[in-house]
Amino acid sequence: MKISDLIEETYSSLTVNKMRSGLTILGIVIGIGSVIAMVSIGQGAQNSIESSIQSIGSNLILVMPGAQKGPGMEISSGRGSAQSLTRDDADAIAKQVGSAKAVAPEISRRYQVVARGTNTNVSVIGTTASYPEVRNVEIDEGSFITDQNVRSLSRAAVLGPTTRDDLFGAGAEAIGQSIRINKVNFTVVGITKAKGGSGFGSQDDMVFVPLSTAQKFLAGGDYVTTISVEAQDQNSMSDVQQQISDLLTQRHHISDAQAADFSILNQTDIAATASSVTGTLTMLLGAIGGISLVVGGIGIMNMMLTTVTERTREIGLRKAIGAKKKDINSQFLAESIMLTFLGGIIGIVFGWLAASAVSKFAGISTSVSPASVLLAFGVSAAIGIVFGYYPARRAAALNPIEALRYE
Amino acid sequence: MIECENITKIYKNGNVETAAVKGVSFKIEDGEFVAIMGPSGSGKSTLMHILGALDSPSSGTYRLDGRDISKFSDDELADIRKKKIGFVFQSFNLLSRATALRNVILPLVYSGVPKPERAEIAGRSLEAAGLPADRWHHLSNQLSGGQIQRVAIARALVNDPSLILADEPTGNLDTKTGEIVLNSFRELNLNRRNTIALITHELAVAEHADRIIHIQDGLIVEDKKIRANALKV
Ligand SMILES: Nc1ncnc2c1ncn2[C@@H]1O[C@H](COP(=O)(O)OP(=O)(O)OP(=O)(O)O)[C@@H](O)[C@H]1O
Ligand SMILES: [Mg+2]
Repeated sequence: MKISDLIEETYSSLTVNKMRSGLTILGIVIGIGSVIAMVSIGQGAQNSIESSIQSIGSNLILVMPGAQKGPGMEISSGRGSAQSLTRDDADAIAKQVGSAKAVAPEISRRYQVVARGTNTNVSVIGTTASYPEVRNVEIDEGSFITDQNVRSLSRAAVLGPTTRDDLFGAGAEAIGQSIRINKVNFTVVGITKAKGGSGFGSQDDMVFVPLSTAQKFLAGGDYVTTISVEAQDQNSMSDVQQQISDLLTQRHHISDAQAADFSILNQTDIAATASSVTGTLTMLLGAIGGISLVVGGIGIMNMMLTTVTERTREIGLRKAIGAKKKDINSQFLAESIMLTFLGGIIGIVFGWLAASAVSKFAGISTSVSPASVLLAFGVSAAIGIVFGYYPARRAAALNPIEALRYE
Repeated sequence: MIECENITKIYKNGNVETAAVKGVSFKIEDGEFVAIMGPSGSGKSTLMHILGALDSPSSGTYRLDGRDISKFSDDELADIRKKKIGFVFQSFNLLSRATALRNVILPLVYSGVPKPERAEIAGRSLEAAGLPADRWHHLSNQLSGGQIQRVAIARALVNDPSLILADEPTGNLDTKTGEIVLNSFRELNLNRRNTIALITHELAVAEHADRIIHIQDGLIVEDKKIRANALKV
């Protein structure tokens, strides 16, 4: 039997029972569609997390205080709570660690910030002039905190665009205006450029003030909560990390590295952790879609088995007039492959539409990669073969006389 | 040439064994027009399935053109059916969801006739079997019993098989139409030298053949020539 004959036969037998073929295809459409949509959500999440990790800086190393240990080391108030890092530590890193390009200590905490009767709760970061370089912050209007501001304990504040919008109205002129943080008056001297990103960790919803001012008037201590260090390049990162670690253990008189009162995070590690999390998420979502795909495949098998039973006499006749096993086998296999093929194509369109609907209406970023389309397509063809194989073989193995006598 | 030696066919259904053919031996030469006659249940259809390489005998040897085909694989048998044999089944076995024409085209599809030629060949066959051209595109379940029978005959003849096995081909036809069909078998036998085995329970039908093999209860009770083979005269 020629391929063209096979296609013709397949087309005519699938159109005889349109309703049934349609419902069977629907099973595959849902399966393939949900795999595509789910994986696109996972990959979208992965992309947006990766880009937001990139946006916090490049070749960045974060030094944070360790857990505050109580006497006897029984009570721990959690990592990052200790006040063990100081401005002097930051200065020492800047001076003594060769490959550290820039160092920015910061002390951050959330405060209620008030301006002309409106107020908002934002993260207030006391830092130095090197912060913009280390953390990829750009200035839109005015200027950032200067070294002079830090030395003179000046009450200057730089607002993120979101904070500016919340306090003064969208796009309003804020430079020179006065805001109150924790009952202390500050004057706005600059606005940073929007970086995007939303939610709790938004880089745009922040207020920057001089480190010294924050320590004296807001926190009331000379500790810092994070020291951000920018390494020269990607290759020197682990070297810088090691040097910082050595320097701080020495400065803090720590003999046992396990008891260190600080911890060092490196951006590459953060990115790796995040992408392993989102990778797992993508797999999980893909697996959920995969289950419906298997269910769809079983639907195909069910329909094909029913068809073989219903068409037993036809199979017998075809064999009687000279059809070989191979002919019958390929006819039924072609039917199931055609079903999954159609289901696959429609499913890809459907999944793609679902993915764009999700990003449009739910605001979750999605990304349909060619790889996932190709994979879904391959999987649907494979399902056609796997689930069509048994019914087709059963049809091909029928004895023509018994098949002809079948009622 | 067909050579049967002591052929039996025993159906087994669980513990019940039914002997449908109980040991028959005969030969049919190429170009013969033979009737196999017997009462209902005597084993005629069973024998036809064996002669047509659709079923294998329980014992005995069956040689078709000198080859013992009881040892052939399924696909080799399918090949023989495709190339040499045309069946008219007692129950016709048309594809009900296909048109009359499509039913006749089907054997051509399997024997690899190129697509553009198929409709014409099938049409000629339908014409020869006497189905009016305005019925060719009817679905076969929209045809009368007699029309179905003619489609079944057209399908059996379409590949120009050397052996035609027809199981009660005139059972559903009135005497006059039956006469036309039987005469067309005779013509095929004369003009194309096809071997024809006509299965019937009616003597009047059997008498159209040159030789009558009379079976009863799975055994041959009589095998006689009623006229000289037209080809050999
Ligand atoms: N698959 C089967 N299983 C069991 N017994 C069968 C089977 N097929 C046929 N038989 C039996 O074999 C015997 C011969 O059947 P067969 O169909 O050959 O008869 P027939 O001569 O063609 O009769 P008819 O003229 O009614 O068509 C019958 O008694 C029948 O019951
Ligand atoms: Mg019969």
